[in-house]
Amino acid sequence: MITRKASLFLIAPAIILLGCLFLYPLGYSLLWAFRDEEFGGWGLQNFAKAFALYSNDVLFTLIIVTLSTAIIGVLSVAIGGYLTLGENRVALVVLRWLYRWPLFIPFVVAAQLMRTFLAKNGMMNNIIVSTGLMEPLQAASYLDWRGIVITFVWKQTPFVALLVAGAMASLDRSTIEAARNLGASRLRILFEIVVPQVATTLMVGLILSYVVMMSVLSVPLMINAQTPTMITVDMAWRINAYSDYGVANALGFISYAMTAVIAWVYLRQGVREGGKPA
Amino acid sequence: MTILRTTLTAVLLALLAFAIFGPITNMLIWSVAETWYFPAKLPQSYGFSFWERVFRPQGNAMESLWSSVLIALFTVLASLAVAIPAGLALGRGSLPWRTFFLLLFLLPQAFPSIAVHMNIARIFYGLGLNGTYGGVVLVHTIQGLVFSVWIATAAFAAVDHELEEAAANMGASPFTVFRTVTLPLALPGLMASAIFVFLISLDEFTGTYFVGVPDITTMPLLLFTASMEGNYQIASITALILLVPSVGFMLFIERFLKSDVLAKVGS
Repeated sequence: MITRKASLFLIAPAIILLGCLFLYPLGYSLLWAFRDEEFGGWGLQNFAKAFALYSNDVLFTLIIVTLSTAIIGVLSVAIGGYLTLGENRVALVVLRWLYRWPLFIPFVVAAQLMRTFLAKNGMMNNIIVSTGLMEPLQAASYLDWRGIVITFVWKQTPFVALLVAGAMASLDRSTIEAARNLGASRLRILFEIVVPQVATTLMVGLILSYVVMMSVLSVPLMINAQTPTMITVDMAWRINAYSDYGVANALGFISYAMTAVIAWVYLRQGVREGGKPA
Repeated sequence: MTILRTTLTAVLLALLAFAIFGPITNMLIWSVAETWYFPAKLPQSYGFSFWERVFRPQGNAMESLWSSVLIALFTVLASLAVAIPAGLALGRGSLPWRTFFLLLFLLPQAFPSIAVHMNIARIFYGLGLNGTYGGVVLVHTIQGLVFSVWIATAAFAAVDHELEEAAANMGASPFTVFRTVTLPLALPGLMASAIFVFLISLDEFTGTYFVGVPDITTMPLLLFTASMEGNYQIASITALILLVPSVGFMLFIERFLKSDVLAKVGS
């Protein structure tokens, strides 16, 4: 048995690493968002400048990430739901094999795939035109906000769907069978019995995805770096072009705040429902 | 009715397959396209001359491949060096405030990491760590820390106590018990955590983008630069090299991460 003292000693290196490489820079970024580095002193100058220059991008980021999260949620429930309630054996095998492919594909690779796939002359438009569903002249590039949303959904859905499907698989089947015997449709079983029971897992998966999407730099840089763009691009730009850490940190603070709002809404929901969140 | 339903299922699955494999196929075609000009639907000529350019021993692509692998290996070593003791303390020890410590490692996942990364870069700049392998390895280690610590904790927690007690009763010293019983039994889980961290490091972009400049180019940064320069062949070949280990891990993850360990992750 490892004693208390020895346990603390063993965990110390990991905690020190976390302190130096995460907590310290995190505190630094929170504090320096309020620092006027040009004239010294503290205040909200960085935020004023950030809003004057990038308020559109802040809104754009919020919309893109929220929309992507919503679509990911719907698709994950659909995939998990079919895997739990589906009856066609062949379809189940195919779906189980199919949906996980992008799970560990890095964002930068996903962005490159979409950069070619969604371009005006990309494979998607070519195939739609070939099927005769669209005239060649109607073909448009999707490399704007839609491209970012598509890339995020493509990359993150497998992760949330995996969590949701796992939670659904471990549910007690008897309630589902009971509802089925009483003649409930599968859609009704999904939304009234299955989804409420996996809601916590679904929310955790969605929040983790939301945070990840909020901090991805490669996808907006590669899909759509013109204005309006995501604030991650603006942060990199402030630093690389102007060495302006003040405004970059103010934008960073805003990205923390947008995450905190989501976490707060979720926690409040948990309290209201009387259950323990996660 | 049944036929209608089957057809609908088949159509939806086909659409999903197109959505998932379409972009991958497009990349595969680009990786073997010699010339592909607008408005042709397929490349005018195919070949491997870009592959030769990527794999040329002196080329900067090979250099960034080696940088990536080297950084990933050292990241794994650094992660295991802190995660094995931490996992032992969390999974086996009698740690006060255990839940607090477990959640503390989750904290980096709760904040958008880009703002933290740019400040790490600023701090590292003052320490002379920017543009060094050591600096990049440290950033990658912190990225993978929650996974390495949590999986190591689960791996040690899944080891049967009675086997350790049996060894101890037969007179083995605590270190011998750890070396001959606990560690070998936890090894598959630790391997899983090592592979996972390796993959995280191999794929990491943002931290390297801020900390690695201007001297360290890893594969993701090479892919980014090539893509922004419009060199889609090089970008697609690099993407393919990064895609293979990712998809391989996805297909075989269950073999690395046994369900008894998986069930204990985060508990």
